[in-house]
Amino acid sequence: MAGDAALVTQVVEQFGRDRGRLMDIARALHAKLGCLTEDTIGDVADALGMRRVQVRDMVSFYAFFSRRPKGKTVIRLCDAVPERMKGAEEVARAFEEALGIKVGETTPDGAITIEHAPCIGLSDQAPGALIGATPVTNLTPADAPKIVQALQDGKDIATLPQAEVDLNLRKPGPVIFAPMERGTAIRAAVNRKPEEVIAEMNKSRLRGRGGAGFPTAMKWDFCRKAKGNARYLICNADEGEPGTFKDRVILTECPDLLFEGMTVAGYALGAKEGLLYLRGEYEYLLPHLDQVLAKRRHLGLLGKNIVGCEGFDFDIRIQLGAGAYICGEESALIESLEGKRGAPRDRPPFPVQKGYKNQPTSVNNVETLCCAARVLEMGGDWFAAMGTRDSTGTKLLSVSGDCKHPGVYELEYGITVEKLLEMVGAEDAQAVQVGGPSGQCVAPKDFGRSISFEDLPTGGSIIVFGPKRDLLECMRQFIEFFVEESCGWCVPCRVGTTILSKQLAKILDGRGTRADVQEMEKVANTVKTMSRCGLGQTAANPILSTLRSFPGLYEARLKKDDFVPPFDLKAALAEGCAITGKQPVLED
Amino acid sequence: MAKPLVATGFFTGCFGCHMSFLDIDERIIDLVELIEFDKSPINDIKEFTRPVDIGIIEGGVSNEENVEFLREFRKHCKILIAIGSCAITGGVPSMRNTVPLKECLEEAYLNGPTIQNDGIIPNDPDIPTMLDKVYPCHEVVKIDYFLPGCPPSADTLWAALVALLQGKEVALPYELVKYD
Ligand SMILES: Cc1cc2nc3c(=O)[nH]c(=O)nc-3n(C[C@H](O)[C@H](O)[C@H](O)COP(=O)(O)O)c2cc1C
Ligand code: SF4
Repeated sequence: MAGDAALVTQVVEQFGRDRGRLMDIARALHAKLGCLTEDTIGDVADALGMRRVQVRDMVSFYAFFSRRPKGKTVIRLCDAVPERMKGAEEVARAFEEALGIKVGETTPDGAITIEHAPCIGLSDQAPGALIGATPVTNLTPADAPKIVQALQDGKDIATLPQAEVDLNLRKPGPVIFAPMERGTAIRAAVNRKPEEVIAEMNKSRLRGRGGAGFPTAMKWDFCRKAKGNARYLICNADEGEPGTFKDRVILTECPDLLFEGMTVAGYALGAKEGLLYLRGEYEYLLPHLDQVLAKRRHLGLLGKNIVGCEGFDFDIRIQLGAGAYICGEESALIESLEGKRGAPRDRPPFPVQKGYKNQPTSVNNVETLCCAARVLEMGGDWFAAMGTRDSTGTKLLSVSGDCKHPGVYELEYGITVEKLLEMVGAEDAQAVQVGGPSGQCVAPKDFGRSISFEDLPTGGSIIVFGPKRDLLECMRQFIEFFVEESCGWCVPCRVGTTILSKQLAKILDGRGTRADVQEMEKVANTVKTMSRCGLGQTAANPILSTLRSFPGLYEARLKKDDFVPPFDLKAALAEGCAITGKQPVLED
Repeated sequence: MAKPLVATGFFTGCFGCHMSFLDIDERIIDLVELIEFDKSPINDIKEFTRPVDIGIIEGGVSNEENVEFLREFRKHCKILIAIGSCAITGGVPSMRNTVPLKECLEEAYLNGPTIQNDGIIPNDPDIPTMLDKVYPCHEVVKIDYFLPGCPPSADTLWAALVALLQGKEVALPYELVKYD
């Protein structure tokens, strides 16, 4: 279509014909056209001087890009485990009924599409959904027809009573949620040499809050000393681990603190550019974040000669993602930032050596950078006095599931699971998932253990399972999540997760044997040890950790037989018989 | 002492594993000393005549007849070995698993480029009814050993069989199970 080709040219021009901005180009076109057809993909490839397959490769990767027309409004119903615990499935049925279509389909008039989405960062007010980019929360089946009616009446979704995101900040602490005058940390930084800033960070013994727990000062030091033409700071705001929503609260409540920390990091690293990779699900936060950035530029806290410090130039750009959990993995995130599919890179080289545009890059979590700002304001010793020996400071925990007070808690490292459960109103928990699906499922006998890098690490996700939950069914849903989100690069992860999901389903169906459990454990260990990146290496954790802490739950579901085939003859023959009009010959 | 009895069978595949087996060349003379064949395409015995010690099967399970014969094998064999990609994973035939059966048959018999006049999807009672997908053997019956390969080489098959016959653990050197 000629009209589209003109639009493509215009959008490509808008992003300076930069192939590295393909993500933005695709987003902009998708927003205008509703999908990216083969024709559009071809036009984009021509305009950027790329091969069509390169563009298709990228577009096909992301959940938010569709190559077939979808409804004008897309409703994404979150089906993460904490959401299902609060009735997400009933809500989905209600939407299906109200629209007369199934999840995954579009209404015949092309107005509305309903889909499932993995965690959208609203587990504390589940079930939630995104209508276009607008979040709706605390849904009940009764809300479905009302929302559908409002859409059909052409109402602005943002004005609906359901379109309300609660902050749910239950316990603010001294590091993240204490007030800070804009520019305080930056001024504290520029009064010293960058090396001294890193030395102060070293004193704090701050470790990364994104999951891996790498010492932040060391990461900055490596990056600063690595050879390159430019250095980059990336803030990882992909927050995709199901049950995590603490970065959402930071981005809503104290974005200034984050930008302060990013600027401090920029100074320490000698970076001129900072990039905030914001998950596509958080697009609704973008306008406010842009405003805060504009304000900071106006105040001389971003841009040239920041706080009057000659030669300290630094600015921040926000890059929106497009729905892919794997893009939280730092090398996949960098690929995505460069406008490619979000497949992890081989390491080494590590991002601090060759990261964004092959230059030394430090990737840090939102919370980590907030901590860094506070360390500069209050001093490394002040920070290191909190928490435990190997885990200094506080940690934001996003608590969801079966508890009275879901939300975000800023607590000193070292708190026991038991104390935490008391605080959130979940003393009767049968188990707690610490660290989301990729973390550990902790049994009551271990509730005396502490949240810390040395004992139970977590990026922030805490999901509580009450006494009535079918725990293993929740684990199966966790595995499903990894099946969906595997980037597909390596066989143990791509194929292994699917095998695990089938093996577990068979056991949950009451058709598993002892041999099946042994076989499943074998596959789980293969997936864990043979996968390339953290996703695959942790994807079997729901099974491995429950085999360890809840063996009885498996035991109770097993058959005594030596072998029970997963094969179901009747089901396997049904279609063939229907097509040919024949009857099965064999008995089961 | 009577020689151990061996049966071999094939389901949905290319018969390549059996051809590979014949690649043992002159060792076939030793083989005759070692074992006796029951049901097998090698001697063309069509039905099991008695219980056997070792069953060797190739090919995946794609239709009702495959299911029946595979169950026969399980019933008659003390030890059942699945060999080759098709038996172990469904192999090349299972590429159809991503396409619904109805579409496969329509493409083959009604809409394909070589169809003249009106086609018809075969429904003769003598033709086994197809399953919705191609299944690996171990999802249908219990399999005791797996020998991967497409096909496993004659040396691999020989080494595994001899070890079993001597009552030893099947420990294949890396070269025999490395396929890249
Ligand atoms: C599958 C996967 C998903 C991840 N998702 C996130 C994420 O959403 N946010 C985050 O900060 N780190 C995430 N990480 C960890 C990052 O790779 C990286 O370690 C982190 O951003 C570094 O920042 P930090 O040192 O401040 O923790 C993820 C890792 C993996 C393997
Ligand atoms: S482990 Fe999984 S997500 Fe990671 S590279 Fe391999 S396939 Fe991709």
